[in-house]
Amino acid sequence: MDTYIYAFLFCGFVCMVSQLILDNTKLTPGHVTSLFVVIGAALDLAGIYDKIVLYCGAGAIIPITSFGHLLIHGAMDIANENGVIGLALGIFNLTSAGISVAVVSAFILALLFKPKH
Amino acid sequence: MKDRYNEIVMKHTPKEDVIKNALLVFLYGGILGAFSEFLLRCYVMWFNLPRKEAGVAVILTLIIIASILTALGVFDVCVSKLKSALIIPITGFAHSMTSAALEYRKEGLVLGIGANIFKLAGTVILYGIVSVYVFGIIRILIIGG
Repeated sequence: MDTYIYAFLFCGFVCMVSQLILDNTKLTPGHVTSLFVVIGAALDLAGIYDKIVLYCGAGAIIPITSFGHLLIHGAMDIANENGVIGLALGIFNLTSAGISVAVVSAFILALLFKPKH
Repeated sequence: MKDRYNEIVMKHTPKEDVIKNALLVFLYGGILGAFSEFLLRCYVMWFNLPRKEAGVAVILTLIIIASILTALGVFDVCVSKLKSALIIPITGFAHSMTSAALEYRKEGLVLGIGANIFKLAGTVILYGIVSVYVFGIIRILIIGG
């Protein structure tokens, strides 16, 4: 049950911080999502983000910070076995599902639907 | 004259809206986070998936729902109300791809959809990859993994 509360708090907190940045600066959503991906990648250091996922469950998997974390996590897993070349080999290991499904569904839907304005 | 103008502008700029906005986004984002935790537990229960794979299934579910809602034109209405609560979760990533694909469909399959599908989502992927290489090399050189 605790996981629900932590998921609520963490996901809400990340969204609120980004809303505060959007409201108080001239940055666009594109800037903020890029910033959060970089923050997520930085938080993989020493397994910090893994601990957050352990406590917050899906609340930490859903925000875009998790995308950066998964990118560097997959890369570092392979890099620890094979050296620096592992960064290039493993970078999409964990995020390939998300990217490929997003591309395919966007493509199919673009064929089926017309844009609404 | 200019100082006075700035003073008037400061007085009439809505201050509480920013705080009210932030709290609403906190609430909506939190609900989405708690809902996805619920979904994750359902997947673990129904399909006997380990938590890690169930997490991927939750991400895929949200991506597909967001893409379909974007194609139906519902998502833009929701974003104007829920703001960051839908942009920061992975739904924003799926939305940016589908909306770019829909928008440029009329320019053709290759030069339209193909050339523009990553128009907005590309920034996330670009900075993700570059930061992984930078942080990764630093970590390998300094702490060894």
